[in-house]
Amino acid sequence: MDATAVVADVRQGIRDVSPILVGIAPFGLIAGAAGIEAGLSAAQTMGLSVFVFAGASQLAAIELIGQGAGFGLIVVTALIINARMLMYSASIAPHILGYRERLKLLMTYVLTDQAYALSISRFQRSDLTDAHKTRYYLGVALTLWVVWQVTTAIGIMVGAAVPPTLQLDFAIPLVFLALLSKSIDNSGRQVAAIVGAVVAVLWALLDLRYNLGLLMGATAGVLGGSVWHAVYSSGGHR
Amino acid sequence: MIDQGMVWSAIIVIAVGTFAIRGSFIGLFSLIDAVPSRLELLLGFVPAAVLAALAIPSIVVADGSLVGTTDPRLIGGAAAAAATIVTDNMFVIITVGMGVLWIVTVLG
Repeated sequence: MDATAVVADVRQGIRDVSPILVGIAPFGLIAGAAGIEAGLSAAQTMGLSVFVFAGASQLAAIELIGQGAGFGLIVVTALIINARMLMYSASIAPHILGYRERLKLLMTYVLTDQAYALSISRFQRSDLTDAHKTRYYLGVALTLWVVWQVTTAIGIMVGAAVPPTLQLDFAIPLVFLALLSKSIDNSGRQVAAIVGAVVAVLWALLDLRYNLGLLMGATAGVLGGSVWHAVYSSGGHR
Repeated sequence: MIDQGMVWSAIIVIAVGTFAIRGSFIGLFSLIDAVPSRLELLLGFVPAAVLAALAIPSIVVADGSLVGTTDPRLIGGAAAAAATIVTDNMFVIITVGMGVLWIVTVLG
């Protein structure tokens, strides 16, 4: 294996993920601080980040545990929130399985919104081999993992000390917005994006708590794009 | 008083379930030679739908209602969207969006 190529791919992944880290770091601090505030032990709060490693579901679980909810509600809520990753798994699998299939357990464990979004956007380029894609994906995903664990631990120890007025969390939707602008390169995908955005916004207006609008919006968007394609592809591309 | 054993059980079950969700198609597609073409068509719409559903609510919804037209997040998001038309550079797009967000927040 050419070590230089490995380093170049991984470095590109780290470079691309760095704007997201600005937004992820305060989120990780909150995940740590919120666990302690809700009455979880430090080990349990850290356990959520290490074993589950999915922020929105962690915060939902923490909130429900703090409210004294039962086992079933906590587990079902967290898993429904994470069900969106079924789509990520299906979407990204064809790109990352051609190289070192032994890595698939690791690649599964570190699959997140951010790792998926950055990677799938880059994978639209046709000049990348499966080796490039796998190394890029791991560069992004493992960097996120390290930052998430470290910031959770800091949040547990000292609380969430970032001033909310900085609104650093806004860097995350901005990154997704920038990636979105590159992904809507045909009419079907534009329909998918519009339907996805509208449904996700409507869901957020109805129920802000558990980020389910993402699952609903993404599913509706994929269906919308497919219907558009089915209706218009017979008459050629528009 | 929180039941410590229940919390640990919940953490472990969520962790195993989440791993299964993440690995569902990665595992399935490693068993078959080619992704069925109909499924591949659907998958082509996933990035656009997911990215839109990730990005837009965080920009236009706050505290359970649509933000007003003078909201710093909406204006910052619009500025970043405008920046995507002229550049692909992620740092430029983020800088424009965050910069406008902070300026409008301070002025507002």
